Amino acid sequence: MYNPKISVLYLSRFSRLLVALVVVASLMSSMTISYAAYSGPEVSNISMMPIDRAKFLVGQKFDFEIEVKNDTPASAIEVMVNGLAAEVFFGKQAVIKFDKMSTYRINEVAFPQAGKVAVAVTVKSEKGIEKRTINYEVSGEKIKKPAKNVILIIGDGMSLQARQMARILSKGITEGKYNDLLEMDKMSNLALITTSGNDSLVTDSANSASAYATGQKGAVNAMGVYADSTKDPFDDPKVENIIELAKRTRGMATGIVSTANITDATPAAMLAHTRKRSEQNFIAQEMLNPLHRPDVILGGGSRHFLPKSVPGSKRTDDRNLVEEFKKLGYPIATTKTELKQSGTPDKLLGLFQLDNMDVYIDREVTKNPAVLGKFTDQPTLMDMTKTAIDVLSKNKNGFFLMVEGACIDKQLHTMDWQRATYDTIEMDKAVGIAKEFAKKNDDTLVIVVADHAHGASITGTYHELDGKTGREGVRTYADAGWPTFVDADGDGFPDDPNPSVTLAVQFANHPDYYENYKFQEVPTSPAIMADGKAIANPKRAPQGGDLKVGNTPTSDPSEVHSADDVPLTAEGPGADYFKGVMDNTEVFHGIVRALGLDGRKNEK
Amino acid sequence: MVRLTRSISRAIFLAMMLAWLPLSWTGQDGTIPYDGSSLFFTRAQAAPAWLPWLGEQATHLEFNEFYSGASALGLELSAKLESLKGKKVQISGFMAPPLKPTLSFFVLTKVPMSICPFCSTDADWPNDIVLIKLSKPVTALPFDRPITVTGDLEVGYQMDEETGFISLVRIVADSVEEAN
Ligand SMILES: [Zn+2]
Repeated sequence: MYNPKISVLYLSRFSRLLVALVVVASLMSSMTISYAAYSGPEVSNISMMPIDRAKFLVGQKFDFEIEVKNDTPASAIEVMVNGLAAEVFFGKQAVIKFDKMSTYRINEVAFPQAGKVAVAVTVKSEKGIEKRTINYEVSGEKIKKPAKNVILIIGDGMSLQARQMARILSKGITEGKYNDLLEMDKMSNLALITTSGNDSLVTDSANSASAYATGQKGAVNAMGVYADSTKDPFDDPKVENIIELAKRTRGMATGIVSTANITDATPAAMLAHTRKRSEQNFIAQEMLNPLHRPDVILGGGSRHFLPKSVPGSKRTDDRNLVEEFKKLGYPIATTKTELKQSGTPDKLLGLFQLDNMDVYIDREVTKNPAVLGKFTDQPTLMDMTKTAIDVLSKNKNGFFLMVEGACIDKQLHTMDWQRATYDTIEMDKAVGIAKEFAKKNDDTLVIVVADHAHGASITGTYHELDGKTGREGVRTYADAGWPTFVDADGDGFPDDPNPSVTLAVQFANHPDYYENYKFQEVPTSPAIMADGKAIANPKRAPQGGDLKVGNTPTSDPSEVHSADDVPLTAEGPGADYFKGVMDNTEVFHGIVRALGLDGRKNEK
Repeated sequence: MVRLTRSISRAIFLAMMLAWLPLSWTGQDGTIPYDGSSLFFTRAQAAPAWLPWLGEQATHLEFNEFYSGASALGLELSAKLESLKGKKVQISGFMAPPLKPTLSFFVLTKVPMSICPFCSTDADWPNDIVLIKLSKPVTALPFDRPITVTGDLEVGYQMDEETGFISLVRIVADSVEEAN
């Protein structure tokens, strides 16, 4: 008798077997592929700068350097580029030095054509011959109707989790559905960006911003250069960055805006070249260099612009950069009021704090005089972004603007997620301003990205309504329910950063510190240095808190960066480039592709 | 040339800090006696008991009294600070771990130090710090308990020759004592 149930069963068994076979086969093939394509890092005495697999914009300038470390000095270094001697290929003489560390260097070269490049190096010494071959890629890709402007907005340390905290606090969530999304959530394209630098899994803000600005991997603390092994932080081989390219090839206006010292890593990497991000006095004076002088500079950190004789200055010379900018025709703004009164000049320098600007909560919510001191009239990131766009958009050749929400990172380092989140919301409002401008003419690409992540995650909520405190007050799964943040005035920021039920945010990587899950009235460091070791700061939780034993080396008193990938969202012409998982250097290539930049062109 | 000299001095500063690093590690193991070498109550540093009667009376100073005005264009020294130049003052704060054990100065801060002195330059330090100059090199002190410093006030830009450390307000210390 025909039994349909059995036949279905047989069929399903057969199909299941088939599926299983296909899965096993595909697994095996993918295993062989990944096994064949992956090997441990190659160790060679020959280090090449730019590094293997570097990708350039056609015509983008860079310094080419080879270092050879050998017990016996090299006697000859031969370099072939696509089969031609490098000196012939680049049309330039190399400077070659033979020693325990031999070097071969040709400055300011470029690849004139798109395509693949193979560089073969042969080093001769008494010991014999050593060879190394590396490959480069040169891209000339551009979109049909290039964007006139690009606005790159970087949330420093703004991991996916930081964006989520901002979404919860700013928009709220009801029965599991967000009441609304952030401006940066509502963009057409989403990609996941990998963040590692060329010397380390975990990146810092200098080399990650440098990857966005140059399309090249960098080393920790380095910007616009490949780090060679000499001590001098100013002699490393340079790579042309986005501000230089925008100015040189298309005569674009350029601007940098940040809530940190404007000479801090992220804004500095858009224009400067140095191995050491802490050389902030050098970076400040480099902002005057016509090769990469931004038309708009807005942020904190005037201490690097004032002569040493002025109290509060951190310069070691008598240069008054504020005056030097004034002579070049830059109006100067030092307060929000002055910024508002500046109108739309052709260029603008605004410095609103001696050091990093204060964070949104302290500036706009609590306005605590103990925190702000005399700096009671600082603009918001929205004010600065709006002004920068108004000024830069006057240029008929378009503009490149970088806006940084800098203190998201700084506040996560001190494990102050409330302050970090208000600053993330502030940055999101700046994104809204950029999007509004972009909507008008449809000729502006807006990119929002973080430079690296922090290991902070929401694991539930925290409250003491039933008397439980400390770790017992952390509510997980069904107990978590919902936090009780309220934004009654509808400004997008919760009215009280310390509601009865708050988020339980836990950090993955931290020093010893006291945790009470509450908002800190005054920014307070989690740990202090004592006898060469970071110990928990007793002032951190004056009302009492659990001691959390650190899990990072005691040499560091703050929370540290994590190696997590970070989200990027984009909208506008060229945004289609951003999808899937991408290397951080691809952000640069997405920008120059959208703008249709050609490194071979010279505007001036 | 200026850049070269500066980078050389920076390199020296960095090298010195690096050289101090292993020392600080051995310090943790107790090879540098923590209590034994404390500056507290040692004769060389403690104020002579008769000072309050024979010497001038020290004026009490607070960290938040340093500056009367501040803008992005600079700080304004307060009238009190100006008037106390070269005079005897007393201030309480926290000792930042010394940059090097052989330096005869340390930094006094309003709150316990939360930046790592071994990896930060003077650019990272807040403005309201006092450099405390001593008659003999710094050794280990408790860093998380407040201390009171008495000595002569110096005001004005100064760069330490050896380390390149920049300071605006300094006290040449007669005594360094635990605050109560
Ligand atoms: Zn950071």
